[in-house]
Amino acid sequence: MSLRPLISRHGLDDTLAWRADGPVSVRRFLAESSALARQLPAGDCLLNVCTDRYRFAVGFVAGLLAGKTSLQPASQSAETLAQIEAAHPGTVCLRDAPFAAGTLPCVDFPDLSAVTPEEIREIPGIAAERVVAILFTSGSTGLPQAHRKTWGKLVDNAEAGARALGLVETPMNIVGTVPAQHSFGFESTFLLALHGGCRFWAGKPFYPQDIAAALAVVPPPRLLVTTPFHLSTLLAADIPLPPLDLLLSATAPLSADLAGRAEARCGAPVREIYGSTESGQLASRRTLAGPRWQLLPGVRLSSDGDQTCAEGGHVEGRVPLGDRIDCHDDGSFSLLGRHSDLINIAGKRTSLAWLDHQITSIAGVVDAAFFLPDDDSIDGVTRLTAFVVAPSLDRAQLLQALRQRIDPVFLPRPLSFVDSLPRNSTGKLPRQALLALHEARKPHD
Amino acid sequence: MTTTPPPETVAALLPEIAELIVSALNLEMTPAEIDADAPLFGEGLGLDSIDVLEISLVVSKRYGFQLRSDNEDNVRIFSSLRALTAHIASQRSQ
Repeated sequence: MSLRPLISRHGLDDTLAWRADGPVSVRRFLAESSALARQLPAGDCLLNVCTDRYRFAVGFVAGLLAGKTSLQPASQSAETLAQIEAAHPGTVCLRDAPFAAGTLPCVDFPDLSAVTPEEIREIPGIAAERVVAILFTSGSTGLPQAHRKTWGKLVDNAEAGARALGLVETPMNIVGTVPAQHSFGFESTFLLALHGGCRFWAGKPFYPQDIAAALAVVPPPRLLVTTPFHLSTLLAADIPLPPLDLLLSATAPLSADLAGRAEARCGAPVREIYGSTESGQLASRRTLAGPRWQLLPGVRLSSDGDQTCAEGGHVEGRVPLGDRIDCHDDGSFSLLGRHSDLINIAGKRTSLAWLDHQITSIAGVVDAAFFLPDDDSIDGVTRLTAFVVAPSLDRAQLLQALRQRIDPVFLPRPLSFVDSLPRNSTGKLPRQALLALHEARKPHD
Repeated sequence: MTTTPPPETVAALLPEIAELIVSALNLEMTPAEIDADAPLFGEGLGLDSIDVLEISLVVSKRYGFQLRSDNEDNVRIFSSLRALTAHIASQRSQ
């Protein structure tokens, strides 16, 4: 068994995080995490839904120290939580705000201000082979798909990311607008602080003014970890921002136009990360430098026909990717588009097959199909449409039933009731037929 | 500083904010169909955090102030059309 340190590139008295009340040292962070570890009830798994990034970090490390696995689902719908509880009995939910956890036992994040950091003498090691986190994607069968992450691979991912972004030479202060539980936020805020020498802002700023305020609190050099949607809203707000040193975007393609405006406005390069919950982070690029992505250290791609797989480095096994990819001789690659069934809305990913399974499982629904219109809102958010045959249900009843099963961002807008779906002779629904139905029902403007 | 605007000021501004929500979010309904006291999230209109950011952007452009989550009770502001309208009435600078 090999041990990897819980935190690297930081000494015990270095700053690890910035809270509203000031900097937090590695020593205090470890003392708070150890104290929380002693307070957590028995059980193998922890569903850590803390919205504050610092509290999430303390909860995650408390779980590490207490021998628990962190469960990080893609959705927090009642249905998903029930499925996760069934698959992982004894899960405890850690929360720092009101949270509908169903029947899961909950622990409210405690006041840890009375801990004694002086008692912490060293940074502990964690077994590299141990599965410390399970990140979930929504599987096409309707059940969440579990992706197990070992401590060693997570550390490797953070180190590869830090090297690719130049953070080893210049560690930065990270402000993230993305949740710490989602793979991008998990890797590019929390793990970059633990193993990339960076420090993170405790909050998760939401409104543009919140982001500006958080950036102003942390000292330079500053790294903003965000998404195209948050970035475009931030620029549109047209408010003063402190100088930045790097912007990092993921979860959806970033247009060269938005990247160009962000670089001009913030005076810093805008980079994107390419990866997935299954594979971890795989590549990065500076958006304005062109469409080619550079693989992170150690990662390799291999293609078999239309399907490209990632392996090597911190990738767990050989992972098929959801995009069609063109590999170039110099080791870089270009993205050609998604495999058609997979969709991504505001950084949340699912498949049309899974959504169709959910809606057709509702009592009273005779037939139904989700449909994603062609993207006409670059850097904005495209909404799903659903066509449904359900003569005995009204709109409110159907939306209420759907809300129990799927994340709000996937709720259809509009939801169209139809008499029948344009299925062909083999029972399939050609995209062209759904597109025609969508066009016919669109309000004319 | 939040001052409570008179109810008639809020009532007069309601149709304008309802119209703003419907047009900003491309909702399939008329502004008059929004129940002023029903929750905007979940059970009622079913908005999500993306909608909130889009509304905040339109509000900042039209009424000249930025929404903040740390000094205000966000849950309360977006609890209903009437609550949002009251917040805008108390904060607007234009």
